[in-house]
Amino acid sequence: MLEHILRRMGFGATQADLAYWADLPLTTVITQLLNYESLPADVDSKIGNPAYAGITTAAGQPFSPDTLINDARQRWLFRILHSQRPLEEKMALFWHNHFATAYSKVAGNSSGEWGTRMMDGDPKNFNGNGRGQIQLLRQYATGNFRDLLIELAKDPAMIYWLDGRTNTRTRPQENFGREIMELFTMGIGNYTEQDVYAAARVFTGYNVELVGDRNDRVNSYYRYIYRPTDHDTNAKEFTFAIYPDGSKTIPARAATAGEQDGVDFINALARHPATAQRLVTRLYKFFINETRDPDPAFINQVAQTYMTSNYSIKATLQKLLISEPFLNPSNMWQRYSWPVEYVARAIKETGWTGFSVNTAMTPLLNMGQQLFEPPDVNGWELGPGWFSTSSMLNRMNFSSTLAANQRFNLARDAQPYKQAPERVLEYMLSRFQTTGFESGATAAMMEYLRSGAAWTGSDAQLQQKVPGLTRLIVGAGEYQFN
Amino acid sequence: MSFSRRQFVRGGVTAFTFGFAAPQMLCDLAFAQGVPGRNLVIVYLSGGNDSLSTVIPYRDPNYLVRRPTIGVPAGSVIQIGTDSSRVDLGLHPRLTGLKSIFDAGRLAIVQRTGYANQSRSHFTGYDIWGTASTTNISGTGWMGRYLDQLPSPVDPLVAWNTQRETPRPLIASKVGVPAITSPAAYAFSSPNTGAEAGYERTAQTKISSHIPVDRPHLAFVNSTTQAALGTLDRVATVATYRPTLTYPNNGFAQALQAVAGAMNKQIGTKVFWVQTGGFDTHSAQGVNQTNGAYYGMMGTLGDGLKAFYDDLNAQGMLNNTVVMIYSEFGRRISENGSSGTDHGAAANMMVLGGLVRGGIYGTAPNLNTDPNNPTLENAAADVKWETDFRSVYAKIVDNWLGASSVTILGGDYRAGAPNIL
Repeated sequence: MLEHILRRMGFGATQADLAYWADLPLTTVITQLLNYESLPADVDSKIGNPAYAGITTAAGQPFSPDTLINDARQRWLFRILHSQRPLEEKMALFWHNHFATAYSKVAGNSSGEWGTRMMDGDPKNFNGNGRGQIQLLRQYATGNFRDLLIELAKDPAMIYWLDGRTNTRTRPQENFGREIMELFTMGIGNYTEQDVYAAARVFTGYNVELVGDRNDRVNSYYRYIYRPTDHDTNAKEFTFAIYPDGSKTIPARAATAGEQDGVDFINALARHPATAQRLVTRLYKFFINETRDPDPAFINQVAQTYMTSNYSIKATLQKLLISEPFLNPSNMWQRYSWPVEYVARAIKETGWTGFSVNTAMTPLLNMGQQLFEPPDVNGWELGPGWFSTSSMLNRMNFSSTLAANQRFNLARDAQPYKQAPERVLEYMLSRFQTTGFESGATAAMMEYLRSGAAWTGSDAQLQQKVPGLTRLIVGAGEYQFN
Repeated sequence: MSFSRRQFVRGGVTAFTFGFAAPQMLCDLAFAQGVPGRNLVIVYLSGGNDSLSTVIPYRDPNYLVRRPTIGVPAGSVIQIGTDSSRVDLGLHPRLTGLKSIFDAGRLAIVQRTGYANQSRSHFTGYDIWGTASTTNISGTGWMGRYLDQLPSPVDPLVAWNTQRETPRPLIASKVGVPAITSPAAYAFSSPNTGAEAGYERTAQTKISSHIPVDRPHLAFVNSTTQAALGTLDRVATVATYRPTLTYPNNGFAQALQAVAGAMNKQIGTKVFWVQTGGFDTHSAQGVNQTNGAYYGMMGTLGDGLKAFYDDLNAQGMLNNTVVMIYSEFGRRISENGSSGTDHGAAANMMVLGGLVRGGIYGTAPNLNTDPNNPTLENAAADVKWETDFRSVYAKIVDNWLGASSVTILGGDYRAGAPNIL
């Protein structure tokens, strides 16, 4: 059960992680993982330390995770592997799928460097300015959902992504207005096309500006700006309640006060019962079970917590996770691992000494999950949608690459069991967590260990067979669940 | 939406496992199933193509009024004549390749395809076009239902998706469609070499052959692995294909080259899915500028299709192939303030192939902003549908694939179908 908690609230566990948590009650483990604010946030300082996974810099460049997208991807995977606040990264990934902003469009309308900064620029490296979107998602990972929506409406990457820059009173532009209702909050079926047009007008004037001289790479940055002259000052009528008194109309306002339109509208979306249901259902499927529909009564309870806590994500998660369903064994392994989850857990369980996270970048792309590059505004196709022949082949081939890379470590770890292949198999099946193999599958593994030359347990044989067995286990269907 | 997709696959995994055949049977099956050599290639323009910029009513007096910055001047379009309502039409200036196919009489343009109360949502629209249903949009895809009615067990390579994700139209209940983005990269790697690597492949195949009916999700993943391992060797032959000409070096054209290779190597695939994106042009659409976004997408589309057409022609396979091109919706008629266009309604479909009756079908919209203009909807903001998109599907299912469109589409859409095949 501890492994289950660490898989769901994080990205799996090393033997050291399991030992660290082993003696605590499960509720304490969940509470500590949830209330991570007091835990160290120094994971970046470990980059380059040989005790952790490595990174690979671009030819002739220092490691530049704020300005080079491939380095940003490496930094995030490094954090996923080594952060002492695993839930922070887990929620950042959840929100990244939810708010599904793609680097390619942001960079295409600015530059590779600015696109990377808007996606994941760390303000620490820019005098506190220019917070990238993923940094925002981390900051509000378990914060207040309403506040998160407000911040995202003003997030430069989001404004680039959904074309807020060109949404003006003379020519309102519907992209953000539509998606904030369809994808970020209530979901389809709760609004009309007329609501979309009105929502577009709400956000007219929400824009970005460059501060400072763009050639001054440290002191210049993009930030949100409200442009009153672009704002549509007319009243906006909706088909659903905007204000607690049931009023459906955002009143006409002077241009200088028009920024409040967006705040009123987001308040309404955060308060809408369909938002509570949809968000809680998505969290349930992410943390508890995506293979069976949830019990509506449980969803209603958690949705109630979302409402009564004034949209607190942490309170919602606490209700969701300190619960019978979260710890019910029938919900174990009932999620298809996302490629990032698969890769991270495989590395944690196989080992990382001398392994660069850069090695995982192309495989992740081919498994269908490139960080900072969701396929569209709807995010990734989850569950069985991750699995095609091609993506499965790439999962198997990643296990092969990783096993080859860790060949000597794996063989060394299996040394104590070398006298018989049965013992090696037993050890390896306990080392890697799976949904469980049936006897026919383990017989095939045994047959593999006995194939070729007779078993001697020599170093050379272990260095061949143990990585081979690792790829068979980590590449198996039984390993693809979470 | 993704939730409904998951729900659907959950319902389908059990059936899927029973439809799977042992690898050694597959080659024989591939040839036994269906009309020999007849292929359908579906090309999806992702994001909602602004088809008023693809096939342009350039003399409509309201065209440049409503599109002052993104409208194509009459002098720039590639004229293709008039439709039955005598509206002058021109192709986007970058579609020189398509013009030559049109001139050969092998490109059919079906104007104003769509359906009543057309969705402006990418995802709902995509699922409606994918399922051929406006009511049950989380079910199987229309092509998936075609695959499902083939005699079981079905060869895993009967369809080939060139994208990483299985597209809605190809979601079946008994057949898992392989995703093969690159034939050369579709290979099994090993931490070891030689015989040892072979032992691993044998073992991985045996492990994945355990498809427990009481564990449907594991069965689904293991079936996927089985299908991958069972098709590797045949797909490898496609990587050796040398086309008769050089395809453009972009993802779309390279995917079409793989399709031509699969046809040439006769691996038995009947349905191919190819996609090209970027059509969600809310801003800086760049219709006229040679470095503009839309201009570039038209180059990708037209040049890729032309290379494919010429390659198949040189191989003598043009008469075995139909290509159908569509998008989830057209775009708003009036440009927005960002020199782009927002989500709209009806749009053109295109169908090409050696046996296609080329020409212009249906009538163009009249762009007059009168709210009662019968060719427009949404207070004359969007193009109104004239031809149900399912009637084009029906024509292809009945007259090309030789199956029953009434069964596959769940209704009779044959009336009013354009006579393209």
